[in-house]
Amino acid sequence: METKETVHVNNANVFNVKDVSVSYGEFVAIKNVNMDISKNKITAFIGPSGCGKSTLIRTFNRMNDLILGAKVNGTINYQGVDLYDKMVDPVQVRRRIGMVFQKPNPFPKTIKENITFGLKVNNMTDNMDERVERALTQAALWDEVKDDLNKNALELSGGQQQRLCIARTIAVEPDTILMDEPCSALDPVATKKIEDLMQELVKEFSILIVTHNMQQASRASDYCAFFTTKTSDDGKRRTGELVEFNETNTMFTNPDEELTEQYISGRFG
Amino acid sequence: MSLLSELSQTSMKPFEKVVKFFITVSAFAAILISISIVFTLLTEAINFFQDPAVTLKGYFTATRWTPTFQNPEYGVIVLISSTLYIAVIACLISFPLGLFSAIYLSEFATKRTRKVIKPVLEVLAGVPTVVFGYFALNWITPNIIQRFIPGTGVFNALSAGIAVGIMIIPTIASISDDALNAVPNSLRNGSLALGSTRRITALKIMFPAAISGIIASFILGFSRAIGETMIVTIAGGQYPELNLDPRSAMYTITSSIVNVSLGDTPHGTTAYNALFALGITLFIMTFILNIASDYVARKYRKEYE
Repeated sequence: METKETVHVNNANVFNVKDVSVSYGEFVAIKNVNMDISKNKITAFIGPSGCGKSTLIRTFNRMNDLILGAKVNGTINYQGVDLYDKMVDPVQVRRRIGMVFQKPNPFPKTIKENITFGLKVNNMTDNMDERVERALTQAALWDEVKDDLNKNALELSGGQQQRLCIARTIAVEPDTILMDEPCSALDPVATKKIEDLMQELVKEFSILIVTHNMQQASRASDYCAFFTTKTSDDGKRRTGELVEFNETNTMFTNPDEELTEQYISGRFG
Repeated sequence: MSLLSELSQTSMKPFEKVVKFFITVSAFAAILISISIVFTLLTEAINFFQDPAVTLKGYFTATRWTPTFQNPEYGVIVLISSTLYIAVIACLISFPLGLFSAIYLSEFATKRTRKVIKPVLEVLAGVPTVVFGYFALNWITPNIIQRFIPGTGVFNALSAGIAVGIMIIPTIASISDDALNAVPNSLRNGSLALGSTRRITALKIMFPAAISGIIASFILGFSRAIGETMIVTIAGGQYPELNLDPRSAMYTITSSIVNVSLGDTPHGTTAYNALFALGITLFIMTFILNIASDYVARKYRKEYE
């Protein structure tokens, strides 16, 4: 597919974000974001509530299209293709860029059907049993559920449900996984399992994760983006902005920005 | 004032007591009225069965319903079959149309379209049934049924069934729409995020997740079709014999009740008492269906708590 403008395509990047702003009607949720997201790395988005990090992550697989009045300005290049090009079908985008949500949302079907649904949708109906097993194994869930694949997924624990949602996402073989606070509804043990899992998955996928939990970002990510909310001069509007985008190690030991330093040391936010 | 006396001061002021009294009375009044209706129906129905000309066997096996004839027959099966026949025609019309409009409203319509269509559907629910009755008799029958199906009578089951079906579309659509909206949005997002289209999401995820509520709406719609009176009386005719030809008139339970009570049937006669036997029959049928619908609906509420 031809894109309107030739962009610098770095093979090490999966996304190039240029001057991106997202607004809902009059309200600008986040503005002027510029960043390159590396392939096969974990990139974490952190920042206080309302800073637009969840809004931003939803632009990467065009889930924002589903919200009435949401508008994305600027360009997001996905492997060199403008995701918001008129010719791009969001359904095809979501087949390559999977998403795991804040609250585990398994379908009220059996464990197996939760995986096969996505396979059928994506015409991956060959060797289904094998694909189900592989996805569940990759999501570190296989051993726990292999004997009751026909059990209703809603009977699983919260952590298992979230790993099932991850399994269902990787089953359709995306190259990128977006995670929107995937552990916020889970206890520390389940959280640990998901974090360990991410370290395995990143060998095969690029991972973007929004998190409220700074320890999680420092433990689990390679790169880290810190967003904050800026209030307009008249005090009426609050807009999210990217403050710093850096390697996680640098960010947590020697951040470039004073604001980042304040946030990660717990002095605000 | 000591703390104890302060704490033991009642907050029930006289006015609140009065309000509480009236609310309690109203609540019990509804129950009391229902019980007395059933009681009246039952006592009069018992009088009906005490007539030697009436037997329980005849009630369920005779193939004519002619209580005002010289040699009366009381075959309720005629009325029950007509009632169910017309109700089934109504369901064939209203289930698909009602369900599709619900799916459209909840899964495809934009908020603005929804804002227009939902009230219009609700207006359709508010049209007096007598209007639907004349619509069936004076428009559906001559313009559609008689044009395409020759040999159809002026009064016929088909036209009545279609009109009843149109009447209950809003019931089905509105309850099914509520059921679909009760499914968490996260399921919709989960499906779309896997790369499925809106159509697949609606049919494979949302519809199965809302199935109990949708079935409840079907049962309720069926129950309304059975109890519907004006449309079937006006457009369905009064043919008192067992008959399964949709082109001819039929005789539903409700229209026979109307027919007998409008005539000059003297109080206390068997024909008069027959009304109450019919009443209790209809009551039992709709009661069972309503309980079934309630049961199914409650089951679906459990799923997402």
